Amino acid sequence: MPVLTFREALNQAMAEEMERDPNVYLMGEEVGYYNGAYKVSQGLMERFGPERVIDTPIAELGFAGVGVGSAMVGLRPIIEMMTFNFSILALDQIFNNAAKLRYMSGGQFQIPIVFRGPGGAAHGLGAQHSQCLDPWFCNVPGLKVVAPSVPADGKGLLKSAIRDNNPVIFIESEVAYGFKGEVPEGEFLVPLGVGEVKREGKDVTIVAWSKMIHVALDAANALAEEGIQAEVIDPRTLRPLDEQILITSVEKTNRCVIVEEGWPYAGVGAEIAHRINMHAFDHLDAPVLRISSKDVPMPYALNLEKDVMPNAQKVVAAVKKVLYI
Amino acid sequence: MAVKVTMPKLSDTMTEGVIVKWIKKEGDNIEAGDVIAEAESDKATMELEAFDAGILKKIIVKEGGKVPVNGTIAVIAESDEDISGLLKELKSAPQKPHVEEVSTKEVESTTIASAPVVDNTPQDEILTRDSIRIKASPLARKMAAEKNLDMRKISGSGPGGRIIKRDVETVLAESGVKPSLKPSGPAVIPAGGEDVPLSTMRESIAKTMVLSKQTTPHFYLTTEIDMDKVVETRLAINAIQSGIKISYNDIIVKAVAVTLKKHPRVNGSFAGDKLVLHGRVDIGIAVALDDGLITPVIRNCETKSLGQIAIEIRESAKKAKDRKLKPDEYTNATFNISNLGMYDIDQFTAIITPPQAAVLAVGVVQKKPVVKDDEIVIGHRVRVTLSCDHRIVDGATGALFLKDLKKLLENPLGLML
Amino acid sequence: MQKKKLVEMYRMMLLIRRFEERAAQMYGMQKITGFCHLYIGQEAVGVGAIAALRPDDYFISAYRDHGHILAKGTDPKPVMAELFGKATGISKGKGGSMHLFDVEKGYMGGHGIVAGQIPLATGMGFAIKYKKEDKVVVCSFGEGAVHQGSFHESLNLAKLWKLPVIYLIENNRYGMGTPLERASAIWDLSQKAESYDMARATVDGMDVLKVYDVVAEAADRARKNGEPTLIEARTYRFRGHSMSDPVHSHYRTKEEVEEQKKKDPLIIIKDKLLKDKVLTPATVKELEAEIKKIVLESADFAENSPVPPLEAVYEDVYAP
Repeated sequence: MPVLTFREALNQAMAEEMERDPNVYLMGEEVGYYNGAYKVSQGLMERFGPERVIDTPIAELGFAGVGVGSAMVGLRPIIEMMTFNFSILALDQIFNNAAKLRYMSGGQFQIPIVFRGPGGAAHGLGAQHSQCLDPWFCNVPGLKVVAPSVPADGKGLLKSAIRDNNPVIFIESEVAYGFKGEVPEGEFLVPLGVGEVKREGKDVTIVAWSKMIHVALDAANALAEEGIQAEVIDPRTLRPLDEQILITSVEKTNRCVIVEEGWPYAGVGAEIAHRINMHAFDHLDAPVLRISSKDVPMPYALNLEKDVMPNAQKVVAAVKKVLYI
Repeated sequence: MAVKVTMPKLSDTMTEGVIVKWIKKEGDNIEAGDVIAEAESDKATMELEAFDAGILKKIIVKEGGKVPVNGTIAVIAESDEDISGLLKELKSAPQKPHVEEVSTKEVESTTIASAPVVDNTPQDEILTRDSIRIKASPLARKMAAEKNLDMRKISGSGPGGRIIKRDVETVLAESGVKPSLKPSGPAVIPAGGEDVPLSTMRESIAKTMVLSKQTTPHFYLTTEIDMDKVVETRLAINAIQSGIKISYNDIIVKAVAVTLKKHPRVNGSFAGDKLVLHGRVDIGIAVALDDGLITPVIRNCETKSLGQIAIEIRESAKKAKDRKLKPDEYTNATFNISNLGMYDIDQFTAIITPPQAAVLAVGVVQKKPVVKDDEIVIGHRVRVTLSCDHRIVDGATGALFLKDLKKLLENPLGLML
Repeated sequence: MQKKKLVEMYRMMLLIRRFEERAAQMYGMQKITGFCHLYIGQEAVGVGAIAALRPDDYFISAYRDHGHILAKGTDPKPVMAELFGKATGISKGKGGSMHLFDVEKGYMGGHGIVAGQIPLATGMGFAIKYKKEDKVVVCSFGEGAVHQGSFHESLNLAKLWKLPVIYLIENNRYGMGTPLERASAIWDLSQKAESYDMARATVDGMDVLKVYDVVAEAADRARKNGEPTLIEARTYRFRGHSMSDPVHSHYRTKEEVEEQKKKDPLIIIKDKLLKDKVLTPATVKELEAEIKKIVLESADFAENSPVPPLEAVYEDVYAP
């Protein structure tokens, strides 16, 4: 199986879907001539022309709304947010229009649109460019939220997202664009709402997604050296959430640590902990613990940034706490 | 004005009660009629209502605490009222035997589980009481319940003494039971034996039974009844698909009720200087619980149809198992029936519950070879034993009762009348 | 213009007026709840603009939308039922007064956030161009919306990409209780088109025929050359901002409203059609009777319709 970087896998997904359906187009800042701020759309304009790979001015609210308006009348836009930090300017269009038009109209519309781009922190970008907005989008009924962790999932999930008839928030990771992995060629779909066991284990369940999967796997490797077998679960889609895979794992391990890049207050991890509490209460031998970013805007200095972010050591410590060792 | 809230008498045999749970907390506004707490009598867990309005100023008996009937459990007063005098008075005259003062610190603490356990009320009866007083992970609690382990016997190795999975596993390993989440095996008793504190229900059963055997002159009458027609009738009724399924026991209860109407002494009470004959037939049906038994009462059985009796028995048995029976639902029966047929018991003798005059013990309905028209055929038979209080029921009185009961069951069409 | 078309425009304005008068009554009877913004006084703008479009063209507007959906040809019954929150409503009782939609008729809503619909209209224009169709989009909004970023972002994109969108400002002079002069640095709003080198026009929004002409010209430009236009129609609302707001208070006087009512768009068109013998007093009477019946039927229909079943609450959150 070919080994691709994350950005190549995403690029492949978009190219295949644009090939498959002429109503699919890509729009955003620097997606065309510049080949993408992070080179995810590399070569797409050359291949599909400027009618289908459209550079926009810096007007997130405007072009997000253009995407939604075009979806109302049958197109299937992929709207690239150069980073999800800038999507905050477009939230009125995403929350009030994309997510609600179908409901408000009694089902007269479907809004097949993907908003994609990198979310979360990179390195040394400071507070306004380093934030994880997953829970913002997860809170809104009418949206689906996807956060892939590995190139193959990136491809399979993006293809499913483009084919989905609903607005999908597809959150990538800037630091993961260069990560490599085996990616199946051609028609490869990962259904939305289905999680995956990234590593099997019997002693503790670690739930993580997006680039936090790699933190979780590092922690699992460290734990394995001490004889602790951690099971790492990647829900892959955050809304709708694959509750069953989480419950099945916790029923086996009796303990759970959630690793999320976002802030702790009202985070996605809080929702996951609640679901486990609801459905696997009698199987818990310890409280569900969460490792998240610290509850502060992201500082610039690298040592502080590192301190704020989740890492494998923090996860190992939490796992030992739930194992009472 | 400050008002003392006292432990009410929730059943006629109740002498003390246990506060299972406080619904209201100190500082809450109380309206007359509000449920403020749940208390356990010797028979069931009941809701306690406030009779006065005001602020719940002080909880005197904390959750798990035991207090005699009429003992003060809390104080309700106006919000700005000073109750220190009243509290002093209560403190200087402590209510025996099991009342403890709750420190302000404990009350302020929101985690009930962290409150130290002072008294030694038995705790294995009701799960909610366990959860209040023993710190354990949900999993450990579930595993212990499935293995019938007494949580108080397990020492917790988790934070703050929390009992966790490995603690339960250790106990199981020591007792040689393989840990499993499958439904329970036999109760695990340590090799050296163990003392199990009495539950309030066990105490009550012990008292009543001893009283009965020591003061009631029992004698016993046994007879075998041909149940062939009851078997047929039951099949026919259940084939109607009315939504109600009739059991043998339902039919026996109905037949006993009809028969008792004709034999008022068997349905009566010996009251020292007189005999009391009841105008109603209220039959208590013994229902086995995990640790004990209770007899929900089907009132006015003589006036009820078989279907109605069947439904009421079903409902009250469920309530009994859920420990939801109210005192007036399990007291003042005029006659009890105990059926151990489901345990394959052929026949047995039961102890009378005072002040009743008799109790009927019913065995299993079984197939056996019988002689009919000089031929040996398979018939259905049941053996019943009537325990009688000789002070009101003589041998012949009891025998005539059984004869009529037998006649009725052998021709169950009579039940339709 | 054909006689039939003129009568039809008058008839539609009359229908909207009577429909909303009835809606106001129903609001008072608490049959209709929430925000309910009446179009009374502004009918000439929506009716004139929509009359200048083809049936397959798109029209999208803000929350003062009853008149627009009726003008686009939707049966009044499901519209009134929607105001009542009934299952038979055009949005199945889940949209309400501010969120009317009729996709089949090209009426694209019904939007509650000021200027939120302007990028949507731009996106529909984008889709028309993408699919190489020859439809146009008319996007109506109040003068209060022109200060929002989405208005400016949209105008820039429409001109930049040559999208067939007509941006129609219905300037009724007040953004709720704030008059234009306290909200805008300029008085002549279509001037804003100059920043984007966009065609522009200003029109008397009380005269349905003038609105028709201006929009027809803009539609032609959009259809043939993919050129957007910004039109300011100067109109006036005779009612309060919504049913729960006063007609006049600190922000405008009773005298001002009475003065404006002399230019009632319904009277202007009626007088003209009577003078030109397109209508006679008898036909006006007939029309009034017909409209009254239609409106009463719509209210009866709404009243007698069932409320949405509770199981509908989870329907249409996601498309299959």
